[in-house]
Amino acid sequence: MRKRALRIVSGLGGVVAILAITPSLGFAQDYVPTTQDYLNNLWVFMAGVLVFFMQAGFALVEAGLTRAKNVVNIFAKNMADAIVGILAFFATGFAFAFGGDGWFMGTEGFFLDGLDMAAIPEGGLSPATTFFFQAVFAATAVTIASGAMAERTKFTSYLIFSAVMCAFIYPVVVHWTWGGGLIADIQIGDAVFSDFAGSGIVHMAGGVAAFMGALFLGARIGKYDANGKPRAIPGHSIPFAILGVFILWFGWFGFNPGSELLADEFVMTVAVNTMLAAAAGGLFCTITIWIVAGKPDVAMIGNGVLAGLVAITAPCGAVTPLMATLIGAIGGIIVVFSVLFFDKVRIDDPVGAISVHGVVGAWGLLSIGLFSTYDDAFLGREDAGLFYGGGFDQLAVQALMLVIIVAWVGATTALLFGILKATIGLRVSAEEEIEGLDVLEHGLQGYAPDMAQTS
Amino acid sequence: MKLVTAVIKPFKLDDVKDALKAIGVAGITVEEVRGFGRQGGHTETYRGAEYKIDFVPKVSLSIVIADDVVDSVVDTIVSSAATGKIGDGKIWVTDVERLVRIRTGEEGADAI
Repeated sequence: MRKRALRIVSGLGGVVAILAITPSLGFAQDYVPTTQDYLNNLWVFMAGVLVFFMQAGFALVEAGLTRAKNVVNIFAKNMADAIVGILAFFATGFAFAFGGDGWFMGTEGFFLDGLDMAAIPEGGLSPATTFFFQAVFAATAVTIASGAMAERTKFTSYLIFSAVMCAFIYPVVVHWTWGGGLIADIQIGDAVFSDFAGSGIVHMAGGVAAFMGALFLGARIGKYDANGKPRAIPGHSIPFAILGVFILWFGWFGFNPGSELLADEFVMTVAVNTMLAAAAGGLFCTITIWIVAGKPDVAMIGNGVLAGLVAITAPCGAVTPLMATLIGAIGGIIVVFSVLFFDKVRIDDPVGAISVHGVVGAWGLLSIGLFSTYDDAFLGREDAGLFYGGGFDQLAVQALMLVIIVAWVGATTALLFGILKATIGLRVSAEEEIEGLDVLEHGLQGYAPDMAQTS
Repeated sequence: MKLVTAVIKPFKLDDVKDALKAIGVAGITVEEVRGFGRQGGHTETYRGAEYKIDFVPKVSLSIVIADDVVDSVVDTIVSSAATGKIGDGKIWVTDVERLVRIRTGEEGADAI
């Protein structure tokens, strides 16, 4: 119950409010922020810095789980996601997401124009803080697809995808939810949507884009044998991959607790839920893959930890520590069978991004409808979960939200990848794929031997 | 002069090196190599999908020695590299036509 209305207006929605009240730059800052206001902004900034560092984690996971001949390309794509993503979100993304209160998308504040960046409203965040935090989230949403599309995507086409995703597709999802649009208007009984830090809005959206990318690209050469049986293409550096998992886990302590959007007593309960779910995801993924494949495959266990994190991202502000552990554990089990499933149906996802972010993101979104018991997540009521006597209303809203996000991101990315495939081409030539993308796309080897130099 | 080439299990390298130094061998060149013999490869799983490791990691030693110590060197490698399990490796001996120490220009037995 607490503070919901206040936070929606003063937090993310505060930008909308500021725009509505003062469309010009001449905003008179009558309110003198308190120490608490500064603390709020400082904490959300620090959390945003942690989220930004997740880019390094994504880059390492993806590079580690793919082959050495494509390592330059993987890092190039991850850099592009940060560079292009931030600029695209600055140019149009932020305006589409938060610049107005229409049902479809916002229309004001392109290039942050007209915003009084430094103005901190009472109990809320300045537009500068909000933009910083939202921009690093956008960069996260787009980088998810990079792993699923690894080792065969044309760099130019990837850049275009990255820009469109951050400039338009993802911001619309944000507007529909945190920005007060389509999904935020849905009410079934007393239930309204809830997605604390973005299991659905960020991760599932990224996962759906990843699925469409992998679908339109087709499998890597050599992934399936003559009988269509999936073959393993082991990654070239497990140390990279697992270091990446730890960096993502670390960054998630900004992703979820920062989404409290205040420095208050609930930040740490969110942090604890996040920590527990990641560990549980790792443990139950280990048990599952050990039973299924006979060995504790560490590349899969890394996915399990990330699955725990993705799963708890939506419900981390509404469930008890024990239920957070259970939600993470189920995420860790789901991810194993999901990876095996997509392998079998010939969707080649080298790093498991579709499973970790898409499938487990959907689970996280739905888990609110089952397990939520208190309200630090804009639910508007206590005990909204099915298992806490809240009935099916919350679950229904979450499911509807899931369908809307999947439909939107699925349709738009399918259109985008379809156009790219029909025009400039989405995939590199077979020769280039076999040779590796590094030299032919980027003119550089990831691990060039020193003896190749002449001096 | 003979070239003794031995392909052994990587973890046996230290034992073999110590045993050869003990009988007066002056130099060894090693390479990390991969291959298969009667041991064959093995099948593993990665992220739930199977893959075959046909070439197993081994260490290859190259040792140039005088003709009269060939037997003792080969025997020493056999005894120090053996585990009795499949995959212990092989040793073969070939003739060396010419040997030069680059620093001094010495040739033949003097260069060993």
